Amino acid sequence: MKHLLSTRDLDRTTAVSILDLAEDMAHTADREVKKLPALRGRTVVNLFFEDSTRTRLSFESAAKRLSADVITFSAKGSSVSKGESLKDTAQTLAAMGADAIVVRHHDSGAAHQLAHAGWIDAAVLNAGDGTHEHPTQALLDAYTLRARRFGAGARGRGLEGLRVAIVGDILHSRVARSNVWLLQTLGAEVHLVAPRTLQPHGLRSWPVTVHEHLDDVLHLPLDAVMMLRIQTERMKAAFFPSAREYAREWGFTAERLAQLGPDTMVMHPGPMNRGLEISSAAADSSRSTVLDQVTNGVSIRMAVLYLLVSGTAGEPA
Amino acid sequence: MNGLVIRGASLLGGHRADVRVRDGVIAAVGTLSPELDERMIDAQGLIALPGLVDLHTHLREPGGEASETVLTGTQAAAAGGFTAVHAMANTSPVADSAGVVEQVQRLGERHGYATVRPIGAVTVGLAGEQLAEIGAMARSSAAVRVFSDDGFCVHDPLLMRRALEYVATFGGVIAQHAQEPRLTEGAQMNESELSGELGLTGWPAVAEEAIIARDVLLAQHVGARLHVCHVSTAGSVEVVRWAKSRGIAVTAEVTPHHLLLTEELARGYDPHFKVNPPLRSDDDVRALRDALADGTIDIVATDHAPHPDEAKQCTWAEAANGMVGLESALSVVQLAMVDTGLLDWAGVARVLSTTPADIGRLEGYDTPLEVGAPAHLTLVEPESRRMWSTEHLRGRSTNTPYAGRELPGRIVHTIHGGIVTVHDGELVDQETVAALAREAHRG
Amino acid sequence: MGARTVLHDADITRALRRIAHEIVESRRGDGRLVLLGIPTRGRVLAERICRIIDEFEPGIAEWGSLDVTMYRDDLARSATRMPAPTVIPPGGIDEAIVVLVDDVLYSGRTIRAALDAIVDHGRPRAVRLAVLVDRGHRELPIRADFVGKNIPSATSERVSVRLRDTDGVEEVTIEA
Repeated sequence: MKHLLSTRDLDRTTAVSILDLAEDMAHTADREVKKLPALRGRTVVNLFFEDSTRTRLSFESAAKRLSADVITFSAKGSSVSKGESLKDTAQTLAAMGADAIVVRHHDSGAAHQLAHAGWIDAAVLNAGDGTHEHPTQALLDAYTLRARRFGAGARGRGLEGLRVAIVGDILHSRVARSNVWLLQTLGAEVHLVAPRTLQPHGLRSWPVTVHEHLDDVLHLPLDAVMMLRIQTERMKAAFFPSAREYAREWGFTAERLAQLGPDTMVMHPGPMNRGLEISSAAADSSRSTVLDQVTNGVSIRMAVLYLLVSGTAGEPA
Repeated sequence: MNGLVIRGASLLGGHRADVRVRDGVIAAVGTLSPELDERMIDAQGLIALPGLVDLHTHLREPGGEASETVLTGTQAAAAGGFTAVHAMANTSPVADSAGVVEQVQRLGERHGYATVRPIGAVTVGLAGEQLAEIGAMARSSAAVRVFSDDGFCVHDPLLMRRALEYVATFGGVIAQHAQEPRLTEGAQMNESELSGELGLTGWPAVAEEAIIARDVLLAQHVGARLHVCHVSTAGSVEVVRWAKSRGIAVTAEVTPHHLLLTEELARGYDPHFKVNPPLRSDDDVRALRDALADGTIDIVATDHAPHPDEAKQCTWAEAANGMVGLESALSVVQLAMVDTGLLDWAGVARVLSTTPADIGRLEGYDTPLEVGAPAHLTLVEPESRRMWSTEHLRGRSTNTPYAGRELPGRIVHTIHGGIVTVHDGELVDQETVAALAREAHRG
Repeated sequence: MGARTVLHDADITRALRRIAHEIVESRRGDGRLVLLGIPTRGRVLAERICRIIDEFEPGIAEWGSLDVTMYRDDLARSATRMPAPTVIPPGGIDEAIVVLVDDVLYSGRTIRAALDAIVDHGRPRAVRLAVLVDRGHRELPIRADFVGKNIPSATSERVSVRLRDTDGVEEVTIEA
């Protein structure tokens, strides 16, 4: 695997092997020395044009646990904010010896361009590009689902037989897109819930069932409900009238929490808007996997970094 | 000026004849024997077309000389077989006064590669608030007849009404860039399943169609001419067709790229395919081709939009909209329309020369290749096949979407008012052309 | 050309029995034995040896697997390898006598990697090495404590171990 740009590119075998490898990576936390030497001498650059402390720290942690050298480059106060182009920034980092570039950018397609424009040779890992994709988020979500559902018997399995609902601003969500493609590849049944204003054009051609009301899916036996973060700025562009109405119609209220089956997980990629798309009752309940998702994020990112950076480019041996 | 005889060209793809050019005019057509002081151009195997006329070009000068100048833009035009270009007003300063349009027109005249007809802005500074001094521009030596805020839509309905009426007073036409701004804020590509998948904000077809529908009704109501720039959707074609059936005086143009390329090219996020209006679907391309063939769309216009490298070597969202197109226009039209049997070479002459000249009220193109007409011609070799690359461009910028694609046809010679601007596939040098242009003006 | 069988089914069984007894004999005092097999076949052998030990000295040995992929010295030079699971028995390896088990000992680099991996998991009292086949040509100063069979070989030859569990047959062959 030379780059990880989107979950659309992952076939089932590769996806499952990433989840299995993440399981191995997770076990390093149980050892005396919680590091592996696999990426010793390699340099991983975090190129973050969009602020994101959590994701950035997660990637830093993952790279360091593989003994890689980590350089973090965030856009604020750097030459980028002074107008340096993506191309020049990337080439500067490559000249500094980056073996892999983890990139988060506010424009869709930025990771794809870094990987394919011919400016650099390094491996590219998409840490979120505009409203397009966020593949490691989807992988850690799938890992969390699999681990909670199958426990010790999770290795080698996909998500066949699972039913997942994703709720919220699908239109602007890269997490939703990456999750839809990956969940489908792993065999899960996907339901999307959003008001029509927050549905992307052509949503009905996606491999999902579309609903416009959250209450319509709660009665289905669901393995997980994944809430997406809502940005209140969207109110100004008339996507929904008010935060109050949004919370009432599509928010995960305590009442809705009570309607869930006993084993249904409540997931959220974070950061959460308590009281808007998710109530405190739901966020703090035992069903919530929010903290697991954070822990699993490091394992997944270790697995992906290992696959992209160790070895010569090309297919696995 | 010494004369020139073109031997054995197929006129408009039809019968072969010789053409004599003398003193900037077509002096004779038929079987001719060359005279002593005459140059001879062997045109066996070539098709003779009237010089092409572009109703929509961005020459960028004044203000945008890093991307293009009147000189380099008209050189690109000549390389593409064009002998006249209408230069859009979105320069810096904007062409909203007699001073700017006269300057642009004079530059074209001095360089001599093509006739430059400046387009005047509809509103001051293209701001969409106040009418520009249309009368002054019309009466200037540039004799502006086409007015456009291209780049921007004249979206205010009252202003569009007044503009249609006022421009009609001076025998001109408004060329509208149809794009409802409120429906296209932050838009990056055609709104479709693909835009939803790629995470790029969509530019819905209705934002173009709704403006055209409004404008044709306004044009009807006030009895004015309307021209629609770069029509890009099947829906827009239907609106124009309906309007023409009601006798409304509307004309429409389509770009070469909208006849060939689709939104699928956005998948790789390569900004060389980012353009406004965006590339659309297969169905739209098909509808546009049929409309050009049946006359619903009157002309092809390039919307040649040069941009510097850095404006295309960035993320899609950061990139500028537009593609260069003068050098490749005829080849793309041949590929999309002639080689598919939708249009013959006479039809090409109609959509790329006679009709655009007519809409722009440009003289000298109404009797193409006939004795007495000004000597504006281009000679093309249709069997030629070239792998397109930036090597084939003659303007200052290289943002072409066709690199790596095989295109048919090759311009071999271009003659502008009797001056050979392209000879044997090569651009004639600047000093020679400028000297001949000076001589022609003295005579 | 043809492959020559140097160990048949019964030879392998005998060799493993002998190794199991040698391991128990070499154990001084009451140290806990942890057999860690290197995947894929080393792991199979570790389990078998442990079961044999259980027959005559129950309770003194446990087995697990130790994947060394991440510790290889050639990670950067070849295509990416997918690791196999590492399973350390619940008692861990601190103060235990760890016996690494692998099918073939050749250059010694795999064992070097295994030693590095062990150090990251804990601090055993001692580390020993048991292999079914030692084919010579060491590139590092590594030697096996328990050897099933010494098979001198040329570097151009290929020594293959096949086990019922992984390959459906039991044999060790050498071919040019």
